[in-house]
Amino acid sequence: MTKLAPVLSAHWDEKDSFTLVGYKRHGGYTASAKALAMDPDAIIQLVKDSGLRGRGGAGFPTGMKWGFIPQGDNKDHYLVVNADESEPGTCKDTPLLMANPHVLIEGCIIACHAIRAKHAFIYIRGEVTHVVRRVNQAIEDAYAAGILGNGIDVVLHIGAGAYICGEETALLDSLEGFRGQPRLRPPFPAIAGLYARPTVVNNVESIASVPAIVNNGADWYQSMGTEKSKGTTLYSLSGHVVNPGQFEAPLGITLREILDLAGGVRPGHTLKFWTPGGSSTPLFTDAHLDVPLDYEGVAAAGSMLGTKALQIFDETTCVVRAVLRWTEFYKHESCGKCTPCREGTWWLVQILRDLEAGKGTEADLAKLLDLCDNIMGRSFCALGDGATSPITSSIKYFRDEYIAHLTQGGCPFDPVASTLFAGAGA
Amino acid sequence: MAYSDEDFQVMDSIIKRYPRPRSAIMPLLHYVQSKAGYVTNEGIEVIAKVLQLEAAEVTAVSTFYTQYKPAPVGEYHVGVCTNTLCAVMGGDAIFDSLKDHLGIGNDEVTADGKVSLEHIECNAACDYAPVVMANWEFYDNQTVQSAKDLVDSMRAGNPKPPTRGPNKLVTWKEASAVLAGLNDGLAHEGVQAGEPTLLGLKLSKEGK
Repeated sequence: MTKLAPVLSAHWDEKDSFTLVGYKRHGGYTASAKALAMDPDAIIQLVKDSGLRGRGGAGFPTGMKWGFIPQGDNKDHYLVVNADESEPGTCKDTPLLMANPHVLIEGCIIACHAIRAKHAFIYIRGEVTHVVRRVNQAIEDAYAAGILGNGIDVVLHIGAGAYICGEETALLDSLEGFRGQPRLRPPFPAIAGLYARPTVVNNVESIASVPAIVNNGADWYQSMGTEKSKGTTLYSLSGHVVNPGQFEAPLGITLREILDLAGGVRPGHTLKFWTPGGSSTPLFTDAHLDVPLDYEGVAAAGSMLGTKALQIFDETTCVVRAVLRWTEFYKHESCGKCTPCREGTWWLVQILRDLEAGKGTEADLAKLLDLCDNIMGRSFCALGDGATSPITSSIKYFRDEYIAHLTQGGCPFDPVASTLFAGAGA
Repeated sequence: MAYSDEDFQVMDSIIKRYPRPRSAIMPLLHYVQSKAGYVTNEGIEVIAKVLQLEAAEVTAVSTFYTQYKPAPVGEYHVGVCTNTLCAVMGGDAIFDSLKDHLGIGNDEVTADGKVSLEHIECNAACDYAPVVMANWEFYDNQTVQSAKDLVDSMRAGNPKPPTRGPNKLVTWKEASAVLAGLNDGLAHEGVQAGEPTLLGLKLSKEGK
């Protein structure tokens, strides 16, 4: 009995999976036709009953989010799809959109009908030219076929290289034509989102999951997953493994099970540390191989399911180097609006650079943790919080390795050993 | 360069996508890059004019986003992912070797104007690490040698095609037009997915 359950990915192996013809071959756009004949509130109830939770990282119940949109308020409502996939390690929405952009468009139609919106915007990151082509063509084809344009419009908006725009309120500012900086909440987007109108912001995978739920029912979706984490989802395995890739499985599968499917860690090496859901989720080690990868299981073990971006690092990898690089990323991507994040990430980098070069002292570890404590929870958005995750978790599990840098006066690891082409003479 | 009536018509069509004109500022900046190769002062002024904004407001947006370039880049802009996973898997070595090989640093262009280099952040293709992008098209599973071969092919005027992308690598300006939301008709080219994307599906069909 397979542990996998391809739903979103079920037809990705067909060469024309991204075309309208390819999508319709397997019942594409029958769910939206069905949904448009339903009462909008019934769709919201269906999605609530399915147990679908946001796949962008936070895991908020999708149907409940839709239910927050005020009704009968005579205002324009908007659906905004967050396709700004940029969290380090996260690589699920991009291949999904390359292989099947129509499922997102169909999900947009259903969601718009449910929340009484006439406009959906897909905010896609700008660094994926061919994915932009595919989505743009799919929208054009959907209009030409009369699927869009009958009361629901979908507009593709292309970003320009800013991680922060994956944060929903920064994304809205960016979509309005401003620098992408997070807003103070409340008001939440459901009340004052795009153009200060009621707005639902959902991740690509969340919206793309809706057509199958409409066609197969809430009970079917509920039948997969664990008690509070229902359905299937894309797990993205990368790093020091024999076969990296996308694995769509019911929520609750473990890394041990996925690694078995992927042929394990690369030969001759052992698992050292991994992220369950991108670089903003606290690191796990080989002690966490059997943690159920659902929202509750990962949280109970001290991390977050996040985007299910499983980045695997073996024993050749220097954890200080890895954490320094992520921290440099957060410093670079901090939008600068909130002082604790803007200044804090800068100081984290200075201290980590010294530690990696063997120039710090043990007191610097306490200083790092103190800085993290002062960044955590003190800014408008979660970027600063995310920056602390790799640091605090790596010090928790690998304090000795930080110390080894100090006692040896430098990094004890050979970076060549951790490359994919190590020993290949490259 | 002067913007023609036709250019203004294209810009007008971009503005009309949105309920409010200001939302068009980002695609218009991509459009300016498709014309001039980077965000010129003239481009800023044109956008300000069509959106009835101050030039300073357009500049404020332009300078926030790293894909908008304040100076010319190469005909082929090469980005090497040096975020943690790609860096560890070989991205650092690839980036260092390309700097040596091309004789340029980060954010610099070769003297012939063909290739520019930038270290980039995670590009959502970690299962294909180490990843190199060119004009924001995917070059998967790179090595030091394959990356050198890639930039050599660019300088020779015959760039290797992307791994997951169109049959032929388009130029920086052409790619910028795609990012302005203009359809270049190449969406049907290239694979629908690479092998790692399909791995889970394949295993499930084998009953694993």
